[in-house]
Amino acid sequence: MKEHYVAAIDQGTASSRCLVFDRSGRIVSVAQKEHHQLFPRAGWVEHDPEEILRNVEEVVQSALEQAQLEAHDLVALGIANQRETTVLWDRETGAPVHHAINWQDTRTDQLVRELAGDEGQDRFRDRCGLPLATYFSGPKIRWLLDTQPGLQERAETGEVLFGTMDSWLIWQLTGRHLTDVTNASRTMLMNLRTLDWDDVLLDAMGVPRAMLPEIRPSSEVYGETRGSLAGVPIASALGDQQAALFGQTCFSPGDAKCTYGTGSFLLFNTGERIVESASGLITTVGCRIADAPPTYALEGSIAVTGALVQWFRDNITLIGSAPEIETLARTVDNNGGCYFVPAFSGLFAPHWRSDARGVIAGLTGYITKGHLARAVLEATAWQTREVVEAMNGDAQMPLTTLRVDGGMTANNLLMQFLADVLDVRVVRPIVAETVSLGAAYSAGLAVGFWPDIDALRANWHKAAEWLPQMDGDRRERGYRKWRKAVARTMDWLDEDDE
Amino acid sequence: MHGLLRTLQHVGFVEQDAESGKYQLGAALLHMGSSYLDGNELRTRALNWSDSLAARTQETVRIGTLHEGQVLIVHHVFRPDDSLQTLDVGALLPAHATALGKVLLANHPYVATELTKNGLEAFTAATITDSRRLERELERVQARGWAADIGELVGGEVSCAAPIVDRRGVTVGAIGISGPPERLLVARQPRGELVAFVREAARAVSRELGAIPW
Repeated sequence: MKEHYVAAIDQGTASSRCLVFDRSGRIVSVAQKEHHQLFPRAGWVEHDPEEILRNVEEVVQSALEQAQLEAHDLVALGIANQRETTVLWDRETGAPVHHAINWQDTRTDQLVRELAGDEGQDRFRDRCGLPLATYFSGPKIRWLLDTQPGLQERAETGEVLFGTMDSWLIWQLTGRHLTDVTNASRTMLMNLRTLDWDDVLLDAMGVPRAMLPEIRPSSEVYGETRGSLAGVPIASALGDQQAALFGQTCFSPGDAKCTYGTGSFLLFNTGERIVESASGLITTVGCRIADAPPTYALEGSIAVTGALVQWFRDNITLIGSAPEIETLARTVDNNGGCYFVPAFSGLFAPHWRSDARGVIAGLTGYITKGHLARAVLEATAWQTREVVEAMNGDAQMPLTTLRVDGGMTANNLLMQFLADVLDVRVVRPIVAETVSLGAAYSAGLAVGFWPDIDALRANWHKAAEWLPQMDGDRRERGYRKWRKAVARTMDWLDEDDE
Repeated sequence: MHGLLRTLQHVGFVEQDAESGKYQLGAALLHMGSSYLDGNELRTRALNWSDSLAARTQETVRIGTLHEGQVLIVHHVFRPDDSLQTLDVGALLPAHATALGKVLLANHPYVATELTKNGLEAFTAATITDSRRLERELERVQARGWAADIGELVGGEVSCAAPIVDRRGVTVGAIGISGPPERLLVARQPRGELVAFVREAARAVSRELGAIPW
């Protein structure tokens, strides 16, 4: 009998990728294509949805070709996607009415402040689990309806549709308008308890229900693809971070993972319990498999981690490639007292301060480029520490092991430092591509390629492990300095800043 | 001709003996093969394929580069049985007694020549210590495209490895697996399917580095 495979599309912030997996969860092939990052103004970030669609179709073909497979060798296609990024398109023509507004985009800053009003940024937290922030889709939709002539009316009649990247791709590939529950939980429009669009939230943000997709489970056959992939069922959609939680097989309450990419996202499984955060974390849906009850999670989102290394490479040009940061950092033994807080577009969890901007603190004449490289890497670990402290407080079960994935896990210096400052075991699984793996697992479950989640658990193996080595005194002194540096980023932006 | 020689001498590839005035290969050649590609870069690019190799073979995977005549371990993937293991990254291994090292030496013969001058240390009874024998072994490695070490560094441990090549065709590293003879050997030779997996992984990483597929 011929071997069958599952393909996963990872539609990310910087690129679209397609990975093909076999039944044991091993990568068979990978294809990737970057898309343009459009910056029409300071703080604005857009993507061209049509370029992304073209790239997605291209990488799927290319991944199949590399593995010498045909579409019919695939039992299912899963989607993991950059979350919150907002697309509005015409139902008739399928053409976007505007570029996609990216999750990093801060154009809705003023709008978000108005929505918060006197009640503050936690106004809607009990309904949707999220603080008011420029990050989420709801305010982005509002901005588009406000600024694009005639759009409000067309949205009310359902002529214009909203979707995050999953919806956009599923619409284009199958013709159905739907989203999965994890993506919907990032719009600020879904009620965490009912898992349906919430009228109070829709009213507050003035978003017509007619433009919204149907909310479906994360693992279910949504439809069959048309065109070049004809007949392959699309059987999962998950926000990329929830996909990574799934790919790390964090199925039990207390399991946690952190994915280190452009930004970093720590998700902590709280089971069927909705844990409200008192310390700046987000309550989100972890996944929902068919008709089973949903799994919830606490999330700590860090805006800038890998992006700081890229910035150091592209804007400071002291290194030629991202991995070289480790080489440069290893030219010195410590940070020389230098701390780098990359609050490039404010700070996310646990602070949620859009008025913060980046700071390099502790500069002296002693500091070399090696110290700066260290400070760049350490920023990722210290930011994780802040999120872990918040999580331990909220979930009331201390983290004992952190499962890590993403590109930065190739950085041994960073991973050791992470174990050191968290004082917990840090473990990398044998498939670092957990975002794609999670989408593949979820799709494979839906079509019976894998019988149950225990079969997926059996696929998880440890590829590397870092144990804490730093003495407690040094760790706490370092963290104290980090927090002082963070304090210095706050209140930088003024009302009348251009 | 003399100008060329002077340039080679200047960059350290050639040395002139102060007493005899004769020229010989210089110490800088020992650094060659390590300076081509940043080890951290190699690890990052190889991550998926080294994971895949560990999953397919169920054995420990290591990637090494040449560093002053020794093998520097730049990446290590645990044997996927969830047992207690510690990362070997940063360790230096003798090149002539490991499969990783033999692959690298076979593709950088000047380093091998330098190495044999200082004598080859024996680690087990199976270690190759005779320079002529090593030369023949490296020729064999070069010809078949992979190397094995059967208890030559540590008794009861076997490894096999294949070269990682960049876009210019230069061998910038080696990737290999290691484990006990009971699992890796059949009739005292590395099992064919394991060698095939190692070579496939090496090709995948090479492709990642821009080498022309072969």
